[in-house]
Amino acid sequence: MIWQQLQSLAGSYPLALRGLGMTVMLSLISLVLGTLLGFGLGILRTGGNQLISGLIGAWVDLIRGTPFLVQIFLIFFILPEFGIELDAFTAGIIALTNLAACFICEIVVAGIRSVPTGQVEAALASGLSRWQRMRQVVLPQAMRIVLPPLVGQYVLLIKDSSVVSAIGLTDLTRVGWLVVQRVPNGLLVFFLVGVGYFIVCYPLIMLARRLEQRMGAAHGEVQL
Amino acid sequence: MLENFSFRTIVEYLPLFGQGLITTVWLSALSFVGALIVGIVLCAMNLQRGWLFRVPAKAYIDAVRATPLLAQLYFLYFGLPRLGFVLPELVVGILALSLNSGAYIAEIIRAGILSIPRGQVEASVASGMTYVQRMRLVVLPQAFKVTIPPLLGQAIVLVKDSALLSLISVAELTRAGQLLASDRFMPAEGFLTIAAFYLLLYYGLKGLAGVSSRWLGTAGART
Repeated sequence: MIWQQLQSLAGSYPLALRGLGMTVMLSLISLVLGTLLGFGLGILRTGGNQLISGLIGAWVDLIRGTPFLVQIFLIFFILPEFGIELDAFTAGIIALTNLAACFICEIVVAGIRSVPTGQVEAALASGLSRWQRMRQVVLPQAMRIVLPPLVGQYVLLIKDSSVVSAIGLTDLTRVGWLVVQRVPNGLLVFFLVGVGYFIVCYPLIMLARRLEQRMGAAHGEVQL
Repeated sequence: MLENFSFRTIVEYLPLFGQGLITTVWLSALSFVGALIVGIVLCAMNLQRGWLFRVPAKAYIDAVRATPLLAQLYFLYFGLPRLGFVLPELVVGILALSLNSGAYIAEIIRAGILSIPRGQVEASVASGMTYVQRMRLVVLPQAFKVTIPPLLGQAIVLVKDSALLSLISVAELTRAGQLLASDRFMPAEGFLTIAAFYLLLYYGLKGLAGVSSRWLGTAGART
């Protein structure tokens, strides 16, 4: 019986590969976009404009305070009411990018604030422009604080991408859900799904740990 | 646009949202207690010197942290009946949340215990304290202080994660929103309302975290 199930599972490996591909693609696209947007938001938030900084802070709080599942539903079902037609893939990318950007914004802000003010003052005194100051003085030093939790955030992003299966995207989790209807062995099927995620996430977790030790960041702050 | 936004329907469905909110709160609270127990046991295993307990605990923690909660939830939901445990969805959900958060809490507690300077432990050994006395009188009271803020952070994560239980049809807050969305085709009303309720819980817990850190801060200053 277990042999039959294994055979039937082996038959659905193209589906599993497609699911894994979807998970990787979703995560990769929103990882790149989210990082760019997150750094942009973080820099803007520490930029000194009270209004912009307050708005970004409020938005980040809204996103941190609501479940990702609810955010996906909101984007997928409500944006069309504003005349923006979305397919599930785009909705998933928007939701994941937004989530990543908000968390990365917080990480970047913490990093920028960790740079001693003396450094900024010295850069000012040397006549560096705002952009030069950020790029050549503040960000390189902030990266030491930013990097470990950033990698940790990527792990969270990959895991959160599983939630988009709720709007019908065939990612790895959804493949498990489809296969389990046919092969009634939830333990085996979702064990294999777990292995798929583990292969993608575990190297990143190890990398985050290594970085954390290397950069000498305080432990207990990064949550993978 | 949302020109048809109907507050009336929201008010009409308010009892349903209220029930959902209450369910979310108590199932999260129960899961948090479960997660604390799981976390303490895992952490105790992880801090052992012998490999017999340490290796399985580490493997469990890594496995949980490297896989999504939704896959874990489905693993239990579709897998437990196979082992002969046919449990209500609610119980499966609480179990999944406890087992998942437990792994994170184990790491939080471990970080707290390891934050105690080695000299303190050595001093208590030199004072002739037993292991239990050392833990109870020296290490844990200090570790407690360090762990409270991240534990509250984990509680926030847990409340948000509990939304996933709606996918195995547990009648919690998100499910209430889904019902309104599908019964009346009013996704905006349904999901915006539950988002507001979740924010309420979020700000409540966040406020608690602020109060506790201030309180712990003064407690630290006094000693």
